[in-house]
Amino acid sequence: MTEPLLSVRDLRTYFRTSAGVARAVDGVSFDIAANESVGVVGESGCGKSVTSLSLLRLIQRPGTIEPGSHIEFEGIDLLALDDESMRKIRGNRIAMIFQEPMTALNPVFTVGAQLAEVPRVHSDIGRRDAWARAVEMLGVVGIPDPAERAKSYPHQLSGGMRQRVMIGMALMLSPALLIADEPTTALDVTIQAQILELLAELRAKTAMSVLLITHDLGVVAESTSRVIVMYAGEIVEQAGVRELFAAPHHPYTEGLMAAMPRAGEKRERLTVIPGTVPSPYDWPAGCRFHERCPYAWERCESEHPPLYQIGAGHVSRCHLAVEPERRATPHEPRAARAGVTA
Amino acid sequence: MTAEVGARAPLLSVRDLTKHFPITGGVMRRVVGAVRAVDGISFDVAPGETLGLVGESGCGKTTAGRAILRLIEPTAGEIFFDGADVRALDREPLRKLRRRMQIVFQDPFSSLDPRMTVGASVREGLTIHKLAEGRAADARVKQLLEEVGLRPEQATRYPHEFSGGQRQRVGIARALAVEPKFIVCDEPVSALDVSVQAQVINLLQDLQRAHGLAYLFIAHDLSVVEHIADRVAVMYLGRIVELASADDLYALPLMPYTQALLSAIPVPDPEAKRERIVLSGDVPSPANPPSGCPFHPRCQHPQRDAACAAIVPPLELKEPNHWAACIKQLPTRITWAEQQAVGATKVAERIVPVRSS
Repeated sequence: MTEPLLSVRDLRTYFRTSAGVARAVDGVSFDIAANESVGVVGESGCGKSVTSLSLLRLIQRPGTIEPGSHIEFEGIDLLALDDESMRKIRGNRIAMIFQEPMTALNPVFTVGAQLAEVPRVHSDIGRRDAWARAVEMLGVVGIPDPAERAKSYPHQLSGGMRQRVMIGMALMLSPALLIADEPTTALDVTIQAQILELLAELRAKTAMSVLLITHDLGVVAESTSRVIVMYAGEIVEQAGVRELFAAPHHPYTEGLMAAMPRAGEKRERLTVIPGTVPSPYDWPAGCRFHERCPYAWERCESEHPPLYQIGAGHVSRCHLAVEPERRATPHEPRAARAGVTA
Repeated sequence: MTAEVGARAPLLSVRDLTKHFPITGGVMRRVVGAVRAVDGISFDVAPGETLGLVGESGCGKTTAGRAILRLIEPTAGEIFFDGADVRALDREPLRKLRRRMQIVFQDPFSSLDPRMTVGASVREGLTIHKLAEGRAADARVKQLLEEVGLRPEQATRYPHEFSGGQRQRVGIARALAVEPKFIVCDEPVSALDVSVQAQVINLLQDLQRAHGLAYLFIAHDLSVVEHIADRVAVMYLGRIVELASADDLYALPLMPYTQALLSAIPVPDPEAKRERIVLSGDVPSPANPPSGCPFHPRCQHPQRDAACAAIVPPLELKEPNHWAACIKQLPTRITWAEQQAVGATKVAERIVPVRSS
């Protein structure tokens, strides 16, 4: 295999607060290859957003990336860089788009001015050329009448248009990696389809890699080739997208898929994952999912499972990998017996 | 579309419900226009039934839900609930009627008073409607909390001590306290994670069975609505553009907008191959809706023509118990001659997308 574009090893991002230490990201390792589209899925509080912010070193106090964490991008150790060098990588080589474009855009400048500012900060391009680049980029991201639209303020654009502007801004400097944190969550489903299609087109055109963070398994299935499932600050499963959906191994992944209502499928009741996500201040001992797991046994309460190799490119943090016969005897999870509801 | 609900008399009947918000301008604050948030919608809800109301942001679904309860005063139209003419009611009888019609909001974080214990929040309705007091009220609050999957001792806790899903359960207990027959559920699970969402949907279904509740389930998530609803109404720019049983609507969407909307749902199956209709452009402003069919500027129907920009399509019967508003989807009572008179060049023809699985 060729050198990955991004290599993350044992990433730990902790928040030290008066309430204790929140271990939001707790030992995460993964790679992204050039022109690859990788999805990170998980529910609120699983650490997926903190992971993405850590990659750009955008973690603010009281959060810290712990010593021993390692992030290598294009052969550079990002955690060893000084602030000025990191600033050059941000936007230039790694760009990020967020869920709510309204809060990420400046309301008092036109979108053209905000796009034009990007190359002006990162190079010595002239004002007129920068504006021309901005207009061109608005065309690339599918904004009709870009020369006129460049003069609009963010509030004059719809949510979908604003997200297009954000994507355009992220792409101004042809980054090698685009981190998209829930880019379509705030959008309507028809607009979401437009944005996902745009991202796929741009990736095909530019050889850029995409790290797509989402809670929506449907979005992941349609727009990524490899999926990382996170739970309680850790990666619990990672596989190629087809493999993951055809044969999920980790009981949490299985539970997430079963809990989703699906179009074209009638069920009397939805399968639920009982209980609630544990607190990052106090992750459960053993397997962090064991109280909610229908297969858990004694080993799961005491022994923290490693990421077992399940198949080619498929890993799962579940002891079922070595005791597969346990899957034949599901039981009511402890959280359900205790009547814990989320 | 009145008598088709079946043998049962409807619990709720809505006829030509309209809500226009005035737009004022100039120093005199004169009314210069109107946002036609809800523009003449009609439907029935039978006892114990769930009617799903779906559509994208700004289509008027939330305004419709609130106008039915008169939380927002409708501009025009009729609302009959359990025989009562809701729009004709004065303050006091309306307050009494609200005992039978409740609402559960989307955001469990802002719909509860942060300074009240959840027990007090649930108890409020009991006191207002004089249903119970003292020890009897305490017992009823505990029973309600248990019914929605919370522990009775949690009555003394404050909303910030609960997770999003638990707060939504409190909101449901609050609605349930006054023994309603009908609940408007306004995006009740949109703010929740997938696994929590499933718990709350199951709870709503259990409560419906136990108490014979009817729901108006407002949501933008079409998969959730397909799961929970008996019938589904699709809204676009303040109008209902399609209404059918959930099974029929998802199997055979007839209005081109519904077809596009359904095809846009991301499918959690990487092997699935299907034709996606990607709509161009955004939803137009309800302050200045397009002429004729409100969807015509974005419509992908191959027979779309000048008539679509001229004729407001009636919501008409296309299949048994299946209404849609499109003059190009046969059958239609807008004749070819009428269409030609306003510039039609393409004859109506039914187009149905292939839904693969």
